[in-house]
Amino acid sequence: MNNFEYLRAETLDQAVAAAAANPAAKFIAGGTNLVDLMKYNVERPERVIDITRLPLREIAPTEEGGLLIGALVPNSDLAYDERIQACYPLLASAILAGASPQLRNSATTGGNLLQRTRCYYFYDPGTPCNKREPGTGCPAIEGQNRIHAILGTSEHCIATHPSDMCVGLAALEAVIHVQGQGGARRIPIGEFHRLPGDTPHIDTTLRHDEVVTGVELPPSDYGSNHTYLKLRDRLSYAFALVSVAAALKIEDGVVAKARLALGGVAHKPWRDTAAEALLVGNPPGRERFAAAAEEVLRDARGYAHNSFKIELARRAIIRALEQAAAGTPQSQTDKRIR
Amino acid sequence: MPNPEAYVGRPTSRVDGPAKVTGAARYAAEYFAPDLAYGVVVSSAIARGRITAIDTAAALAVPGVIHVFTHENRPRTAWLDYNYRDEVAPPGSPFRPLHGPEIQFSGQPVALVVAESFEAAGYAASLVKVEYEAAGHVTDLEVKRHEAYVPKKKRAGVKPPPEPRGDPEGAFGAAPVHVDGDYTHAIEHHNPMEPHASTVVWEGDGKLTIYDKVQGSQNSQKYVASVFGLNADDVRVVNAYVGGAFGSGLRPQYQLFLAVMAALELKRSVRVVLTRDQMFTFTHRPHALQTIRLGADEEGRLMSVRHDVVQSTSQFEDYQENIVNWSGLMYRCDNVALTHKLAQIDTYTPGDMRAPGATTGVFALEIAMDELAERVGIDPVELRLRNYAEKDQDENKEFTSKELRECYRIGAERFGWSRRNPAPRSMRDGRELVGWGMATGCWEAYFQKTSARARLAAGGELEIATASSDIGTGTYTILAQLAADDLGVPIERVAVRIGDSSLPASPIEGGSWTAASAGAAVQAACGAVREKLLGLARSIDGSPLANAGIEHVAFRDGRIELAGDPERFVTLADAMQAGGVEHVEAEETVSPDILTSMRYSMYTHSAIFAEVKVDEELGIIRVTRIVNAVAAGRILNPKTARSQVLGGIVMGVGMALEEESMLDHNLGRFMNHNFAEYHVPVNADIHDIDVIFVPEHDDKANPLGVKGLGEIGIVGTAAAIANAIYHATGKRIRALPITPDKLL
Repeated sequence: MNNFEYLRAETLDQAVAAAAANPAAKFIAGGTNLVDLMKYNVERPERVIDITRLPLREIAPTEEGGLLIGALVPNSDLAYDERIQACYPLLASAILAGASPQLRNSATTGGNLLQRTRCYYFYDPGTPCNKREPGTGCPAIEGQNRIHAILGTSEHCIATHPSDMCVGLAALEAVIHVQGQGGARRIPIGEFHRLPGDTPHIDTTLRHDEVVTGVELPPSDYGSNHTYLKLRDRLSYAFALVSVAAALKIEDGVVAKARLALGGVAHKPWRDTAAEALLVGNPPGRERFAAAAEEVLRDARGYAHNSFKIELARRAIIRALEQAAAGTPQSQTDKRIR
Repeated sequence: MPNPEAYVGRPTSRVDGPAKVTGAARYAAEYFAPDLAYGVVVSSAIARGRITAIDTAAALAVPGVIHVFTHENRPRTAWLDYNYRDEVAPPGSPFRPLHGPEIQFSGQPVALVVAESFEAAGYAASLVKVEYEAAGHVTDLEVKRHEAYVPKKKRAGVKPPPEPRGDPEGAFGAAPVHVDGDYTHAIEHHNPMEPHASTVVWEGDGKLTIYDKVQGSQNSQKYVASVFGLNADDVRVVNAYVGGAFGSGLRPQYQLFLAVMAALELKRSVRVVLTRDQMFTFTHRPHALQTIRLGADEEGRLMSVRHDVVQSTSQFEDYQENIVNWSGLMYRCDNVALTHKLAQIDTYTPGDMRAPGATTGVFALEIAMDELAERVGIDPVELRLRNYAEKDQDENKEFTSKELRECYRIGAERFGWSRRNPAPRSMRDGRELVGWGMATGCWEAYFQKTSARARLAAGGELEIATASSDIGTGTYTILAQLAADDLGVPIERVAVRIGDSSLPASPIEGGSWTAASAGAAVQAACGAVREKLLGLARSIDGSPLANAGIEHVAFRDGRIELAGDPERFVTLADAMQAGGVEHVEAEETVSPDILTSMRYSMYTHSAIFAEVKVDEELGIIRVTRIVNAVAAGRILNPKTARSQVLGGIVMGVGMALEEESMLDHNLGRFMNHNFAEYHVPVNADIHDIDVIFVPEHDDKANPLGVKGLGEIGIVGTAAAIANAIYHATGKRIRALPITPDKLL
């Protein structure tokens, strides 16, 4: 870990100004990812700006009938919030599918959005990595890529986004509220995370001086027909090989609305609106679910060790849609898959 | 006559438990010294080649940095390989840290940064710039398979394969039923919770006290004295508590060398702790490519067994483990050929990891036996009973004891094995397929030369001392139990001192031999104290024990009583007073009996039954139930014994389903070097585990009749699970770990 300057921001403006003044500054809240990365010498911020004193810990109703989640709301508080559990159980489930209770107690909503990839090479400064050191290459493409992406990859990077929460947010069409020197912005979740392209070192569209202030959830129709299905190499405490957030609004035996997003398969939470459209207007059923899965995976591409993810994702999508249609969401405590 | 008040045989909580849960127990990196400096290791980025330049200027400029050691400024150490060879070193040239510019494996230490604070050392370490000239490396065993060789020098203590017996080829050809398969498992790292660490306290006058993460304090002591040319009396190594090791601490590791080197050069105390990723830069369970060919008659009786293995080792040492002998030992067969070869890859030397060799070889054999049972069309337990080995055909010896039949019977009964539908894919629980599989486990019952001292004070305090270690197994507790029984004192009055090189000689803690060896040594020392005490008691004028021999008395509640007449006694205090002593002390050494070893083979056995539930569509496996029936001789402490076997089983679940050190062959480097990406089982992976100790009397293996339990729990477990997965799904997976993709 390098030496760094530590600043504690008392106001949002202070935080923004402190970041703007130093291009190698980083915000810290829960610290569950940044501190790890600093210990590995992957992140070497010159300045660490502590934003935990900012008044961003509320979950408040919005005028539209949704909720605005403060960026500093811990993952555990969010998952167990009564309003979230009642109206956005998919989000609660996605959060509880990730990490451990100890980590969720510390990790924040804003920080979860900004988790960095678990790519082995990114984490190991003894190896090349375009995400860590642009231009050095991507050994994962020809190397160990079991946990890597099958969608939206580039010749420069095949890393995945590790968050479970963000997959839930993608399905729920969350909007990220940010503030920087240029003022406040709202970024739809689908535009928040980036694909790697030829700049894989840039994970999001957040500007350097911008702080995530909150996550807005629009009103939800998905209280009963939803699931978050996470498949991994052990039954708990592992990142997803493939995860699926699925939500259906079923009216008179027909899918009126559908949401489908995947984790563990791409550099960002992977929502597919075309696949959703295939479901709408039809009765829920395995054949339709399979068609949606085919649509999601049409351009999927595997590498030496992760090609299985294409088939696994196809099956996981079908199962998740079955769970959602049946109103039997996956439990995150009972590890038996429904 | 069994003593109903005896501690031995009673479930007894760990005597070191309170110290561990309160944090009073200190581990190697938790000792301090007023002048302590902190060393951080810089690791090589390449797997093979040379360092062409090493720039330490930026590191040295960090405030608080004291020195950066590299191969260019390393202090002189011993020249001969011999000096670097520790108690359990395999044949070859042991790795010498910072010896020269040559790189022999990825992650090799190339510099040690020493600073006034850990933080400064860590930051400075990240600033050391190393330039390399890479040479071609190979880390893929498949690529080196054709260069495999039979090691010329055998590793001490490891049995090479026996000579072939009978006519394995001819018998295989004549056999009506065949199994022929290739088996492999992933390289595994031990991953103990406590990372390797050494705190070297500079005592002045060239004396060192070293707190080392190691499984044998005297092994580290001798290594340090030999490598650095010190008098062994000036080097004291302490490993009072060890936070798990599983074999990774058998040999002194490079952090010890580096910390001692720095302490001697800087003449001050130095601590070096490896990071979790550096824990993937040294010893590991080697890769092995296994081929098994079984030939059997229509009833499943083995006619031919062939087991051929190519195992990975480093470029500099011929690490060997006994992988194949089990296939000639565990079942009766007159035509057997077993071969074990090595191939060198560019990694650090592999090493012993929980039941080394057996874990690897028995996993393959026991899957092959399951395949054979299916081909013959008989129950897997029945197949094993039909081939039951009444003697050790590898060495043509009788067993000291072998209650494996009872393991099968009792284990099967507890598991409910008779309700198994033999057809694969025949059992379901809702959406999940259910599979039941079983396997046999086997491990050697070793007994090693060990010394111990017992000292009983007039006040009734008993101190036991031996240099043995407790790596989490319960050694403190069983030694306290044995000593308390022998001298009739409450266990609370027994102080067990172990994990210190200044105590009576003991080998490393490994091979599951410590209970038998240190236990017997403690019993011998206590026996000598008993004799001395009785002598003193008899010398009292008018002693009620005047004519009593040692076999006529019992030691109980601070008294020596005449057996059968407890009103005739002498208190220990009176006996000592009569002799004019404050305490009575004795040191004894026990050794294996050569004649017994020549005549008999000594093994622990087990029968493991596993239930899995598989979501076939998604490839998700749950190990819902395991029953392991173990015959391991006398059980000293059913509570710690059960924990030992439980731990082995959990590790077996890891081997079966999860554990895999992933090598990037392009970089020659293990890539998933942390606990997020190297998966060991978590609570959610572990369900019901039932451990049964099958009664077994053994009066030959060692004086205590115990056979050891540290390793048997893992042997066969992965095979039982793989066999259960086959039974559930009809998919025969011969490559571990069985991750979801293998079932899709």
